Amino acid sequence: MNGIDWTPFWLSFKLAAVTTAILFLIALPLAWWLSRTRFRFKPIIEAVAALPIVLPPSVLGFYILWALSYNSPIGAFFQEHFGIQLVFNFTGLVIGSCFYSFPFMLQPLQSGFESLNKNMLEAAFVAGKSSWQTLWHVALPNIKPSLLTALIVTFAHTVGEFGVVLMVGGSIPGKTKVASVAIYEMVETLDYHTAHIYSAVMVLLSFIVLLGVYLFNRRQKRRLGVY
Amino acid sequence: MIRIDIRKPLQGAGGTMELRIDLTIKERTFLAVAGESGSGKTTFLRILAGLEQAEGEIEVDQERWLDDKTCLPPQKRRIGFVFQDYALFENMKVLENLLFVRRDERLAWHLLHMTDLVELADRYPAGLSGGQKQRVALCRAMMNRPRLLLMDEPLSALDPAMRQKLQKDILHLHKEFGTTTVMVSHDPGEIYQLADRVVTLSQGRVVADTTPAQLFFKERSGALSFHGELLDLISEAESEYAVISVGNQITKIPITPSQSLRLKDIREIRIVVSPECAQIEPIPCD
Repeated sequence: MNGIDWTPFWLSFKLAAVTTAILFLIALPLAWWLSRTRFRFKPIIEAVAALPIVLPPSVLGFYILWALSYNSPIGAFFQEHFGIQLVFNFTGLVIGSCFYSFPFMLQPLQSGFESLNKNMLEAAFVAGKSSWQTLWHVALPNIKPSLLTALIVTFAHTVGEFGVVLMVGGSIPGKTKVASVAIYEMVETLDYHTAHIYSAVMVLLSFIVLLGVYLFNRRQKRRLGVY
Repeated sequence: MIRIDIRKPLQGAGGTMELRIDLTIKERTFLAVAGESGSGKTTFLRILAGLEQAEGEIEVDQERWLDDKTCLPPQKRRIGFVFQDYALFENMKVLENLLFVRRDERLAWHLLHMTDLVELADRYPAGLSGGQKQRVALCRAMMNRPRLLLMDEPLSALDPAMRQKLQKDILHLHKEFGTTTVMVSHDPGEIYQLADRVVTLSQGRVVADTTPAQLFFKERSGALSFHGELLDLISEAESEYAVISVGNQITKIPITPSQSLRLKDIREIRIVVSPECAQIEPIPCD
């Protein structure tokens, strides 16, 4: 075990943590707005937001690579004005992961908000609380299971991603070679021993995290008297 | 003084109708809004709260809540709203539910004291009974000392004993805080006990605007009538009886042969008790 390079794991978890934090900040207001709006074009927004679930990661990865590379206006803009390269580095991985994992953050939050008692939210408005205050003090604390699902699934999904990171990040050791890509390369080079250890660690960690989520949700439901 | 003149198209069971209400409510009035379901009662209340849009005008103490240009959001109306399903903040304890509205501990404890909730201050709503929850909701609604207290069938989910207790609490709070109260209700007993004016809606229009006494005593002065169900007509020892159920009681009432003919194939009935032969007996407290 001593000779094993754990850097890809560290990279995977760093990527997942950063992605989860960014997506929480982006998806939270959008989920709150979507759950309350009667906007005509809401289905279009929802369909676009759900696209990463159905698209092959390679398609998503290809478009992101194309959009962020130096040959596209976006990539060129960042390179020329800020000197930032958006692909084949950690920044590119984060951007790619944010697109890839977006629906996994948005959907649990939105359905959590939609399942709340509307009267409870209106009681907060009548009490003089703004939409933001209601979100922070009433809505969010009352959808803890959905919130936890959103955070954990986004994190886990990002750890488990493969196609997009390979397309956008390549496989640069220490920079963009995350655990899933590392396992793929081990199998290609017939290093089954390390692949086994890596895969087993992945399975174990995923199981522990998911078990934690379900245990927490059961406790929450008990507290609220659901069963 | 509250002046209301509002219009809003509604989708009723029988197609589209227009809610059109023109009312003036004096300060400190307890107004009940009655009417069959689908007549627009709840929508009227929600428009007053600013939770639904409408055309027209609402003016409260010379302050414009609604007109062509403005629609004051619910946050700025300083109202209390009591929902039929309590709608407490489930993540907060009883006391926190009150303090979330306004950080005024003295008022919060005073309200909890008035409604016998002091011992429950540290509990979460999930651990309370329906009556306790509605008392908390009532206290919460009073926390910002509302100019206008709105209640949407606040007691309809509670049993009769709890209703009695809450009616007293409601009246007590209404008087102490000097608010103007608008309550949607189906229950004549509740309206009679609480309201000093009752407006009846039908198909989105006001069809009656009186005092509770005028509304309920206008026909068959003094007689009580109960809705019941005719279960069976039987003959026993050459006499005929009707078996009827009222509420959760079943009884057998002797009838004449001509009544028996009239009641054949009828299910829904009304039992009328004239004041002269009514017996009133106290139920001892336990």
